[in-house]
Amino acid sequence: MQSFDAKNYKQQSKDYQPKPPYFMNCLKAFIVGGLICTFGQLLSEMYISWFGFSEKDASNPTVATMILLASLATGFGVYDRLGQFAGAGSAVPITGFANSITSAALEHKSEGIVLGIATNLFKLAGSVIVFGVVAAYVLGIIRYFWHLLF
Amino acid sequence: MEFFWAFVVGGGICVIGQLLFDVAKLTPAHVMSSFVVAGAVLDAFDLYDNLIRFAGAGATIPITSFGHSLLHGAMDQADDHGFIGVAIGIFELTSTGIATAILFGFLVALIFKPKG
Repeated sequence: MQSFDAKNYKQQSKDYQPKPPYFMNCLKAFIVGGLICTFGQLLSEMYISWFGFSEKDASNPTVATMILLASLATGFGVYDRLGQFAGAGSAVPITGFANSITSAALEHKSEGIVLGIATNLFKLAGSVIVFGVVAAYVLGIIRYFWHLLF
Repeated sequence: MEFFWAFVVGGGICVIGQLLFDVAKLTPAHVMSSFVVAGAVLDAFDLYDNLIRFAGAGATIPITSFGHSLLHGAMDQADDHGFIGVAIGIFELTSTGIATAILFGFLVALIFKPKG
């Protein structure tokens, strides 16, 4: 019998934890994520051919529509059930970003509109914006000086 | 054909995310943050635009495109305004996503009751 201590607890307890079904999880994520992106493609073709958006501008109304739908689905409790099934398939698309904002706000609703909803809106999505802006700012400045020099 | 590649590329990016969840044991917040940074890095080498041309919504819908749009807006303005343009343009292309997410997130939280 091996002894357990705090140091290598993580290593030793690993043998007793159930292994996640890697393949099935990936397959679910692939199908759901792929379907969400296909739906986005459908929306953007619709905005291009019916509303005369250019191919580049069409991503704006597409993203807005998908965020609206994801927020509503979160309100109805549908998106979180999808998330349990699909894992990263529903978390990685932009709809997952909307879901994280809406669900964090809903969760803290009981604390009030200002301190609950508004304060916690970016509780989960904040890290995405912070890292995105920091990375883009630094890379943007590097690119700018790179183009000046070369 | 565009739909096929949107499905495959979009699904593929989600599989990478799922592997980071299951194998690397990262939390969703860590995966999302890494994806945004990865999108910005890919755009810094002008690679992400090729992916968008190839896969359409398969590349613009995953969260990696958020990093790409941040850097893209920043570089567009940097061409006109020098390096302060990086700060002027950084939210230029992403403002639709962020503004809509805030508006509908707020409204839905006001109207709906928390589930579960």
